[in-house]
Amino acid sequence: MHVPMKTSYNEDIRLIRQRGTLVWYALLALALLAAPFYLGEHHLSQLSFVGIYAIAGLGAMLLVGYTGQVSLGQAAFLAIGAYTEAILQKAGVPFAASLVLAGVMAGLTGAILSLSTARLAGIYLAIATLAFAFIVEEVLTRWESLTNGSLGILVKRIQVGGFTFDAEWKFYYLSTGLLVLVLWLMINLLRSRTGRALTAMRDSEISAQSLGIHLARYKAIVLALSGALTGVAGALYAHRIQFITPDQFTIMASVELLVLVVVGGLGSLHGAVFGAVFIVMLPQFIVLLRDAFGISSTYQAGLDAGVYGLLMVLFMLFEPHGIYGRWQKIKLYLDIFPFYRKATFRRQRMFQKSEQLR
Amino acid sequence: MTLFEGRNLDRRFGGIHAVRDVSFAVEEGEIFTIIGPNGAGKSTLFNLISRIYDLGGGSLVYDDRDISRIAPHKVVGLGIARTFQNIELFENSTVLSNLLVGRHSRGGPALWQELLFTSAARQSEIAHRERVEDVIDLLDLQEHRDARVGGLPYGIRKVVELGRALASQPRLILLDEPSSGLNPDETEDMSYWIRDIRSQLGVTVLMIEHDMSLVGMVSDRVLALDHGEVLAIGQPAEIMANPRVIEAYLGG
Repeated sequence: MHVPMKTSYNEDIRLIRQRGTLVWYALLALALLAAPFYLGEHHLSQLSFVGIYAIAGLGAMLLVGYTGQVSLGQAAFLAIGAYTEAILQKAGVPFAASLVLAGVMAGLTGAILSLSTARLAGIYLAIATLAFAFIVEEVLTRWESLTNGSLGILVKRIQVGGFTFDAEWKFYYLSTGLLVLVLWLMINLLRSRTGRALTAMRDSEISAQSLGIHLARYKAIVLALSGALTGVAGALYAHRIQFITPDQFTIMASVELLVLVVVGGLGSLHGAVFGAVFIVMLPQFIVLLRDAFGISSTYQAGLDAGVYGLLMVLFMLFEPHGIYGRWQKIKLYLDIFPFYRKATFRRQRMFQKSEQLR
Repeated sequence: MTLFEGRNLDRRFGGIHAVRDVSFAVEEGEIFTIIGPNGAGKSTLFNLISRIYDLGGGSLVYDDRDISRIAPHKVVGLGIARTFQNIELFENSTVLSNLLVGRHSRGGPALWQELLFTSAARQSEIAHRERVEDVIDLLDLQEHRDARVGGLPYGIRKVVELGRALASQPRLILLDEPSSGLNPDETEDMSYWIRDIRSQLGVTVLMIEHDMSLVGMVSDRVLALDHGEVLAIGQPAEIMANPRVIEAYLGG
């Protein structure tokens, strides 16, 4: 096992803490950069979706995984981002500005939402955000003069100056590039004072408050940031699908993002990316499953919901740290081979847990 | 000089009169202990001072300033830090990051600077880290620096919580039963640290404590509370000999 010798405080706040992992990230970057040369259209488009889902997933991760605020309304932010983008594009606003505005719009909505949800926690917060998502969905359906109602809006390809994102590889670079940018911002946030304040609120609101953290303010900040990221993902999604209707942003989209963070691994950035890969691959597994059991495709909707629910329950029960947690265990197994024991990762005994005020 | 004063503090919860007309003053540089049987209103008193509960009556005066209406998250910024009876640490974070949260009230860069991690953000991180390292040195927490709090033994967590409160550089620290759950050795260490906090850092200590040997060892003055009322205030020896205190709390 590798135990680094640290000689400056800077080493603890470096972007990549251990030099050894730098090699792996460089290889990954190379593989991603070269992807259009060895992957077909279909796989590239899947990777573009991974980028979009990962950005939305990071928004959900910040809120659910790092701050402990369970949200069932992420679809609303996705919808606000997508519709802002579509409407602004129709109005002739350049992409760079409309993408930012889509994020700002969703972020502002989040901040405003937090005014009414700041005092809620747990299941009550989940219900409030769920209600919020229904309201947004309904508004998008009824406000026909702006959103074209359930007929939906056609979204044109992205154009920046004279450059059109008309090929799969171009969009792939855009979504992956944005994902890397968002990851960088997230790492920065989490190694700073605000990031610590958020995880502090998750673990004990009462002591966070007594250490000077203004709970309502930080809840507004996290909802705004989460909304903004999800909004940006929504804008990209609108361009990728090229046609948006309110029924793409139902509770199923919110649940999908919740499954993403739980399956990926709560409280880790790797988890959001792993979860995104998982969510993008899942529909294909479900189809395989369906065909294997000879289930008619008329049951598809119910099957999707059932599989999502089942996955959440199974992960909560058997791998609460998600795919990322499992990945760490495998890594440790290889690191300390052959000294790994069954009990290495046995969960904490209950008597060691303190009786915290909640 | 009086650093903190509670004047006629009062608080009811429905039919329970938890704190009745309690008045006391803590001098700067003093170790002031509150004792009393279970349900005497000690923790309620602490929660009133740290503004988690609103006062039913009376006023809190700190450093010649009325803080009875101040927002709870602003209390620590004035220099009043606290610990909790049942340890309220951030269990999924490391000791280091718990202590860094203790620095929250001492400010930091703007959100956009954090997002871009500008050099100002980096400087601020390192400055806070240096202060935290002072606390780690004082409390001998070096070997646990990068350990996750959830996996540490109870005694160490108790020290980490003390450290987190100290990281905010308080003038007055409220310790809610610093020795509860500690074995005799750890209790003795705790008594040294409490005295060190006062003598080395010049922090005034207001604590709730049940362990009478610890109370006798470190306290300058003791307040005995029962049924929300002050029974007596005075030197530790005086209080322990007071017949009303013995009847209510220490037992005959």
